[in-house]
Amino acid sequence: MTQIIDRRINGKHKSAVNRQRFLRRFRQQIKKAVSDAIDSRSITEVDHGEKINIPSKDTHEPVFGHGPGGRRDAVHPGNKEFVSGDRIARPPNSGGGGGSEASDQGEGEDEFAFQLSREEFLEFFFEDLELPDLVKTQLTKVTNFKSVRAGYSTTGVPSNIDIVRSLTGALARRIALRAPYSIELKEAQTELSTLQNKDEHITRIKELEEEIRRLEDKIATIPFVDTFDLRYRNRIQKPTPSTQAVMFCLMDVSGSMDELRKEMAKRFFILLYLFLTKTYENIQVVFIRHHTTAKEVNEEDFFYSRETGGTVVSSALELMLKIIKERFPSDDWNIYAAQASDGDNWDGDSPNCRTLLNDSIMPLLQYFAYIEIMPHNHQSLWRHYEGVKVQNRNFDMQSIDSVNEIYPVFRQLFARKPA
Amino acid sequence: MSTTENNIISDTSDWSSELIQRYDAEISRIAADYGLDTYPNQIEIINSEQMMDAYSSVGMPLGYHHWSFGKQFLETEQRYRRGQMGLAYEIVINSNPCISYLMEENSMPMQALVIAHACYGHNSFFKNNYLFQTWTNADAIIDYLLFAKKYVSDCEQQHGIEEVEAVLDSCHALMNYGVDRYKHPPGLSAQEESGRQKEREEYLQTQVNHLWSTIPVKENADDIPEEIRFPTEPEENLLYFIEKNAPLMESWKRELVRIVRKVAQYFYPQRQTQVMNEGWATFWHYTILNTLYDEGFVTDGFMIEFLQSHTNVIAQPAFDSPYYSGINPYTLGFNMFKDLRRICEKPTDEDKEWFPDIAGSDWRKTLDFAMRNFKDESFIRQFLSPQLIRELRLFSVLDDDEQDKLEISAIHDDHGYRHIRAALAKQYDLSMREPNIQIYNVDLRGDRSLTLRHILHARRPLNRDTNEVIRHLSRLWGFPVHIETINEDGTENMTESI
Repeated sequence: MTQIIDRRINGKHKSAVNRQRFLRRFRQQIKKAVSDAIDSRSITEVDHGEKINIPSKDTHEPVFGHGPGGRRDAVHPGNKEFVSGDRIARPPNSGGGGGSEASDQGEGEDEFAFQLSREEFLEFFFEDLELPDLVKTQLTKVTNFKSVRAGYSTTGVPSNIDIVRSLTGALARRIALRAPYSIELKEAQTELSTLQNKDEHITRIKELEEEIRRLEDKIATIPFVDTFDLRYRNRIQKPTPSTQAVMFCLMDVSGSMDELRKEMAKRFFILLYLFLTKTYENIQVVFIRHHTTAKEVNEEDFFYSRETGGTVVSSALELMLKIIKERFPSDDWNIYAAQASDGDNWDGDSPNCRTLLNDSIMPLLQYFAYIEIMPHNHQSLWRHYEGVKVQNRNFDMQSIDSVNEIYPVFRQLFARKPA
Repeated sequence: MSTTENNIISDTSDWSSELIQRYDAEISRIAADYGLDTYPNQIEIINSEQMMDAYSSVGMPLGYHHWSFGKQFLETEQRYRRGQMGLAYEIVINSNPCISYLMEENSMPMQALVIAHACYGHNSFFKNNYLFQTWTNADAIIDYLLFAKKYVSDCEQQHGIEEVEAVLDSCHALMNYGVDRYKHPPGLSAQEESGRQKEREEYLQTQVNHLWSTIPVKENADDIPEEIRFPTEPEENLLYFIEKNAPLMESWKRELVRIVRKVAQYFYPQRQTQVMNEGWATFWHYTILNTLYDEGFVTDGFMIEFLQSHTNVIAQPAFDSPYYSGINPYTLGFNMFKDLRRICEKPTDEDKEWFPDIAGSDWRKTLDFAMRNFKDESFIRQFLSPQLIRELRLFSVLDDDEQDKLEISAIHDDHGYRHIRAALAKQYDLSMREPNIQIYNVDLRGDRSLTLRHILHARRPLNRDTNEVIRHLSRLWGFPVHIETINEDGTENMTESI
């Protein structure tokens, strides 16, 4: 007897573990491929899966077999013109040509290619990274609500009616409303039975019978269930707390930042942005671009719109401070900031930046990362920032010379710090 | 035939569980009429992703975890996504009950084809072919695989994934050399396995001690002549030898070796009966569905769809076609069984001369006999007829690296039939396909190194993987491993050591 089983409802990813095993084994190769991919990708494509190539000599599973050479007699189908004894030139890639020969395997393709999903790609990319010292875990901002039961209410939708509760109420109401009539009815019935069929009481009996009928009608008209009895299960929305963080991205878009530098700065922020959105579910990102004046912009404008001018770094810092004060009280928010610049700044402004950071901004911040892109040589801003670094443990700075240095620097800035 | 039109089971390509049941009932009846003897069937309906899962676990319904299966999955997935390959219509497991997977994407005619092919064709082959009867135990395999999976994952917990992976890697490299060819294996059962496993561990540990015991047991130990080798007879089952004799191997590793060996043994018959097994199943889906049509159960449309798939399955590109990748086992097997039936039913004079015993006999009995008692190599050697050689226009090419040209050694003519038949049979002979490598000696008194012997055949050298495989073997053995290549005339050729 045949048994038919529908397995489609069973889990699909039976091979998930084996897939993980594979990724695990070729971790080094895949990491390298991922890192290469980040370097060569354009920004809009960062957030995708990736086709990964691993040299197939690494994934090859060796077995004993015959190599080319020796003497072999192979049978093939579809003879058209040969007769026995014909001698023909050996075709290139000789080896008998038989598809059943084990020796033919493992040759030809030198790359093992497969697709890494977006999650896996980012996982490899962000491995070991963590925003530094997320100390303040203010669990205040209400984003998620959970529906919880909270007793009963007299209003609601029919599907929430609690039948037992409603009927219990109805029963109580019926008993209560019936009580006065029941007593009178009982009295009338008792009196009637004492007056059993005596002619002298005929009028009283009539009266009593009338009374009993009236009372019985009254009792019968008490409704079985009244809208008044209905009770609904009540649910309320209870907020569930979640950690929240805000990330400020500051970028110099002045004339001295050429396309290549901007491109590199963009990469740094892209990575940062991806990292944040991946690591923290509830995170806000504020983009501030500046030349002589600073402006809060949306993500699109931040990365792609063009504008040039001189450079006053403190304008961006001031705007950031203003925004923090207005929208992100530091008791409730974990605040992170990252700044990218080529180090150019109006000379008189750099001390301002230092003061601003030391006195006003750094106490509010969890972490501030500054990257300087392709500096000709470090200018006043770098020197003043070094001063900030000495005073603040949560301040870090790095300089980058080429695109493929972004990733290592990024990792260094946000590396897991030993506790 | 108007009277039979009422029989039609369905006339759309949609399938449902009920329809599958009805088709199965009819196919089962016809199969029984033809005398097919099968295990009970278990049909499982799965989707394409589950099919890829099944693929990558090389047909084991429950495999232990290993990266190589992940690699296979990724490969399959990649090629499937790119559209380079369609998925197989079915996978069937040699178990009792016989499990067959049906893909949900298939149309009703395809499902019927698969049921006839897998649930009755392959199933009866699994149950009755002598190799499967000798080497596999369909009742116990699922239990055993479950045991293996659990054991491997227990080992991973205890000894770490890397350690286990390393041992499995090495075992997989030697998997083809982990089969017994001549002994009957004891039946596998999960209960017995786990019950005896402890016992075996302890016993083995005591057995291997003599290999590295430093205390001379006998005073007259010097009298033992030098030539005595261990093992006294060369051992071709390398994994078996390792399992029983590796000096320093921990017992859990021995058990892993044993698991891989058992799985290899389970697949051993399949590797030797590809042409027969597929040919048999294809012959029967063809025969059964045609009978179904003759009896009026299916429509013309059904048959056209079925025949189209069937034709694709048995397509054989010629040797000079860009699609040529060797002889299609489905084509060869199907044509051989069909030809065998023809020889029985309508023998020509030539057939009577070549096959005096079977020409004109009852075709069902003859096919049944052929299915039960042969493997690819002997089946071809016995039953490949001149007529089929002509139909497929088979020819053989001699490739000798000492000659600067290839030579056509035989074509489909009177002089060539026997040569082609023998050459093709050899091509399916595992002992010809795989190099002959055996364990020859262990240096008991020296560095405990292991010596393998490769006996050269037709001067065919070993492939480039050899060193790496030897390294794997050495990892399992724990001491150096040498490999000697012996020429056909018995002279030693060269030695490589790891």
